[in-house]
Amino acid sequence: MIIAEQKPVAEIAGYIESCNKVLLVGCGGCVTVCLTGGEKETEILASALRIKRRQEGKPLETVTCVATRQCEPEYIDALDSAVRDVDAIISLACGIGPQYLAGRYKDKYVVSAMNTRFAGGAKRHGFWEEYCGLCGDCVLNLTGGICPVIRCAKSILNGPCGGSQNGKCEINRDVDCAWQLIHDRLKILGRLDTLKEIVPPKDWSRSRDGGPRKMVIEDVMSGSNPEKAN
Amino acid sequence: MESGKSKLKQILKSGRLAVTAEISPPKHASAEMIVQQTRLLGDYVDAANITDCQTAVVRMSSIGAGVHILREGIEPVVQMTCRDRNRIAIQSDLLGAYSLGIRNLLCLSGDHQMFGNHPTAKNVYDVDSIQLIRLVRRMKDEKLFFSGEAFNGQEPRFFVGAVANPFADPFEYRVDRLEKKINAGAEFIQTQTIYDLERFTRFMEMCVARGLHERAYILAGVTPLKSWRAARFLQTSVPGMIVPDDIVRRLKNAENQQEEGKNICLEQIKYIKEEVKGVSGFHIIAISWPEVVPDIVKSSGLYPRPVID
Repeated sequence: MIIAEQKPVAEIAGYIESCNKVLLVGCGGCVTVCLTGGEKETEILASALRIKRRQEGKPLETVTCVATRQCEPEYIDALDSAVRDVDAIISLACGIGPQYLAGRYKDKYVVSAMNTRFAGGAKRHGFWEEYCGLCGDCVLNLTGGICPVIRCAKSILNGPCGGSQNGKCEINRDVDCAWQLIHDRLKILGRLDTLKEIVPPKDWSRSRDGGPRKMVIEDVMSGSNPEKAN
Repeated sequence: MESGKSKLKQILKSGRLAVTAEISPPKHASAEMIVQQTRLLGDYVDAANITDCQTAVVRMSSIGAGVHILREGIEPVVQMTCRDRNRIAIQSDLLGAYSLGIRNLLCLSGDHQMFGNHPTAKNVYDVDSIQLIRLVRRMKDEKLFFSGEAFNGQEPRFFVGAVANPFADPFEYRVDRLEKKINAGAEFIQTQTIYDLERFTRFMEMCVARGLHERAYILAGVTPLKSWRAARFLQTSVPGMIVPDDIVRRLKNAENQQEEGKNICLEQIKYIKEEVKGVSGFHIIAISWPEVVPDIVKSSGLYPRPVID
C-alpha cells in the first residue's frame, strides 16, 4: 500500500491564500486505509482551513468529496460539476491524484495536501513501515524475503556493512539491520551459503531513472484488438 | 622502485610487516595541512591512507589530497566510497587517480550521510563495496569498463584493498564477508580499529583456518587514544566499534592520559605481533593526533621501514 501523510495545515493554507472557494478531494484508496486522506480527514482538513481563514478575516468556502480512487480516470470524471466554480482543487491522494486532476482540469489550480512517503505494510494499527523500494528488479528470492534495497540504509546487496551491531543499523539503534534479519532468516532455512555468493551490481534502469515505468496487460487494455484479446 | 608499481604491495609481498597511517584531508581548499602531516610521517610509514569524506563530512577529495601526498614523497592509499558516486563517476575518478600516479585503492561502502554535515543529501550506493572491488579488478585484469566495454588505452592497475570489521555483527558472518571480498579480488585488507583483542584473535584464527591470510594481506587497525573521553566517545558513539571498559578505566586512572594511550597502543601492537597469526602489517589511525605516529612506529620496533629499490 502507498503510505502518504498530510502536509501541515499552514503549508496547505499558504498555497491557497488567494483562493475564495476550494474543492477538497479525498481518496478512497490507500490514504483511506492509512487514515490520512479519506473522508474523515478530508472533512477535518476543510474545517481546519476554514477556521484558519476565518481567524485571518478572509473566510474560505470549501466543498468536499471523496473519489473512490484518484488513480483511475473513471472516478475523476465524476468531479466535473463540483470543480466548475472553485478556485483550486486540493487533493488528499498520493502523488498520483493531483497529477490526474491536473491532467483532466487543465485550467484549474491543483494543490496536493499530501507528502507521499513509501510503499509500506501495517505493523499494527496506526503504524506502517516501508517494505518495498519499487526498484523493479526484485531480489527477495536471494535474501530470505527481506528487502535490502529499501530496508538497508545503504541498499547494499552483499551486506551487512561494518556498521551493523547487535542487530541494529548504524544510522539508528531503533532500526533493524536488514542484513542481520536476512542472515538470521537464511540460517533458519539452512541457506546461509547463499550469502557467500557475490551478487552483481543491480540493473537500476528498471528503477525510477528509466523514465516513467509502464505495465501493460494487453488482454484487458481498453481499445485492444478484440480478436487478440479473445 | 619501478615506476607505476605499488611500494606497499612490494613490501607486503616481501613478507615484511607493513606500516600505514591515516590522513584526513582538510575541510578547505588548502593543501598546507596535508603537506605538514605528510612531512610529520616522513619515513615512518610505507603509505598513507587518505579518507574519502569520512563520516560523510565534506573534505578535500581523497584523490586530490593523495596527489599532494605523492608530491611530498609518500605513497597514498586512496579511499573510494560508494556513497557519493554512481558507477560512471567512480570509474571516471579512478581513471583520473591512476593517471595522477595513485596506485593503491581502498574500496568501501562509506558511512551513511546522516552522520555528516549534509544529512539531507541523497546517497548513491549504485554499487556496494564488494561489487566495487570486483569491478576494479575487472578493469585491471580484463581491461574492461564495468559495462563490459574494452579500454582503448592504459587500464588502471590498482593494488586493491578492502576493509573488514571483526567487531560488527553478525560475528559469525564477518569472516565469510571478508572471504567474499577476497573472492571479489581484494589484495589487502585493513581492519577496523582493534581494542577487543580477544575478539580480534578469534577472528584471525578463523581467517587463518580458511587460509585467507595467504590470499590477502591483512593489516591490523590500531588507534592510540588521547584521553578517556576519546575512548568513551568511540565506545558509545561510533557504530561498529568495541572498546572494552578496561581501556576506558585505565585511561581515566592514568596520571598522563596521552602517555597511557600510547602505551596501550604499543601493547596492542606487541600482542598482535607476537600472539596473533596471519597479520601482515599495521594501519595506524591516529585520530586528531598525527604527531604520535613516529613515536609509535619507533617504540614498537617497526622502524626503520624497509627501502624498496
